[in-house]
Amino acid sequence: MLKHVFSTLISGSMVLGVAGVAHAQDTITGAGATFPYPVYSQWADAYQDDSGIGLNYQAIGSGGGIQQIVAKTVTFGASDAPMTKEELDENGLMQWPMVMGGVVAAFHVEGIEGGSLTLDGPTLAEIYQGEITNWDDDAIATLNPDVDLPDTQITPVYRAEGSGTNFLFTHYLSQVSESFANTVGEGKSVAWPAGVGAKANAGVASQIANTNGAIGYVEYAYAAQNDLSLVHLENQAGNVVEPNMDSFMAAASNADWEEAPGMYLVLTNQPGDDSWPITGASFILMHKQVQDADAARQALEFFDWAYTNGNDMAQSLDYVPMPENVAEMVRESWGEITGPNGNAVWNP
Amino acid sequence: MATTNAVRTESGLGRLSDATRKRLQRKAQIDVWFERVLYAFAFAVLLLLGAIIASLIVSSWPAIQRYGLDFFTENRWAANVEVFGALPAIYGTLLTSFIAIAIAVPISFGIAIFLTERCPGFLRQPLGTMIELLAGIPSIIYGMWGMEVLAPLLRTWFPSVFPAGTGLATAGIILAVMIIPFITAVSRDVINTVPSVMRESAYGLGCTTWEVARRVTLPSVKGGLVGGVVLGLGRALGETMAVTFVIGNNLFLNTTLTGQGTSIAALIANQFSESDGNQRSALLALGLILFLITFVVLAIARYLLRNSTGRHA
Repeated sequence: MLKHVFSTLISGSMVLGVAGVAHAQDTITGAGATFPYPVYSQWADAYQDDSGIGLNYQAIGSGGGIQQIVAKTVTFGASDAPMTKEELDENGLMQWPMVMGGVVAAFHVEGIEGGSLTLDGPTLAEIYQGEITNWDDDAIATLNPDVDLPDTQITPVYRAEGSGTNFLFTHYLSQVSESFANTVGEGKSVAWPAGVGAKANAGVASQIANTNGAIGYVEYAYAAQNDLSLVHLENQAGNVVEPNMDSFMAAASNADWEEAPGMYLVLTNQPGDDSWPITGASFILMHKQVQDADAARQALEFFDWAYTNGNDMAQSLDYVPMPENVAEMVRESWGEITGPNGNAVWNP
Repeated sequence: MATTNAVRTESGLGRLSDATRKRLQRKAQIDVWFERVLYAFAFAVLLLLGAIIASLIVSSWPAIQRYGLDFFTENRWAANVEVFGALPAIYGTLLTSFIAIAIAVPISFGIAIFLTERCPGFLRQPLGTMIELLAGIPSIIYGMWGMEVLAPLLRTWFPSVFPAGTGLATAGIILAVMIIPFITAVSRDVINTVPSVMRESAYGLGCTTWEVARRVTLPSVKGGLVGGVVLGLGRALGETMAVTFVIGNNLFLNTTLTGQGTSIAALIANQFSESDGNQRSALLALGLILFLITFVVLAIARYLLRNSTGRHA
């Protein structure tokens, strides 16, 4: 009896398994970062209408995406934090930037209008280290001579869970503040000395909204869609910039992808008069030697299509598309991907 | 078992017709198998428990080996620099659970005594149902309520104590609300088992309601009440979602009652999906610690339970 049940189950799962493999013929599989998920899924919808090939993208987080691609359970992985050249070589992987976005600081202080508050990197770092604790602190007053700062306690709000947003934000603060780099450091999850940890963009936004005196950081796409009061930041050139599509593009246009080994480049604290200082790209990871050349080619065709046709969709979702010259460089790098027979998978 | 059945079948049923005997033998056979299946189920639980502990130990071993005692002496959990101190999370887990118990136990016992001793008959059923309904609310709802309602309220009422609204005490309060229905339901059921004649005689001797509850009803069901508290404590220790929303998720050891902190379950939930290597192993070691804490708490409670029931049996 039990034997019968087992054999039924096993044969049943085998049938399903076979069906799954057959189905994979017209579905690209990928897994990883949650940050670009909205834009990837929008691209995938449009691409399916165009080509009939679907995308099965599991937004399980950057760390999970790296694990899945290393284990070869997906055709491509996606990560908000780039892997270093050494890490890539160790696993036989290559990476390229797919889409960019900005991280912005939002605040809620009764008595300060949205858009009228300016901060610089070192001040932001001191706020998040718990060294500046009140909004009428001299460091903030110097940056905002025209604002009447209230005597309100600062509550820094941060992302509690490991995330690419955390990585970009701490990477920026580590660049501009040596003491931040030494005491906290950069990473997807760090131990914040001060403040409150909230879950995901929505949690951070809600904590800010509920707390007078709060400051926090979220992805720009989220801030734009929810109309948060944003902090203007002083960039590397010493200019005060507003976070918007133009200042993100400015940061991106200064990035030198050609010179970055393994395309390891984090776009924080970029030079340029109009550059927003906390900008970052989301990366795609693939094996250089693939077992299934057809699946790899399908994935590359999708990325090629997205570089060519996806810009408007990305912008409408408040993401920053990759400049055309970067896309062209990425397409060329795909020549390194070879199938089991040693031939290049991508033949434009 | 099987042999005694067989013997009985042969000696006692010899005079019966073949068909009847076959039928009875078959029934005996079914019974043997039924028993074996029951054993299998029971052992499956043990096996599962053993397998979970074993896999936790195996996967957390690299972290235990690498960090050893540092795991219990470091005062922060900083994954980016691979400093893993479990103390902040252990402190947060124990503190929030004990705050929850401290708030929930008197309230739950109060509700239970009211329901069994004082409540007008027409209210008893709806009130009881409502409390059971509270137990069915998913923990994510409590989390959202804690973040959107309770934390802002606490901040408005006690700005000096709860500057951010969130924190260890806020998590404790949420946990208290979550475990009150469990403790209440169990307490009510065990108090209901006290024979009315005991109460009536106490009232007959001139006892007040308080004296009856304090001296007669509660002592006679001490064991059951402890069981209810343990059930609540077990839930509080492992609660994840609601706690993550309101505990503040600060990864430094902060030995205050109302400061921002974290708990083992919240920390694992926040970091597990983006972790790998040492961090993942360290998180699994935290899971093992939570397992052990729960185990020890349950063991202590069992011990108390046995002692108290022994005295009053």
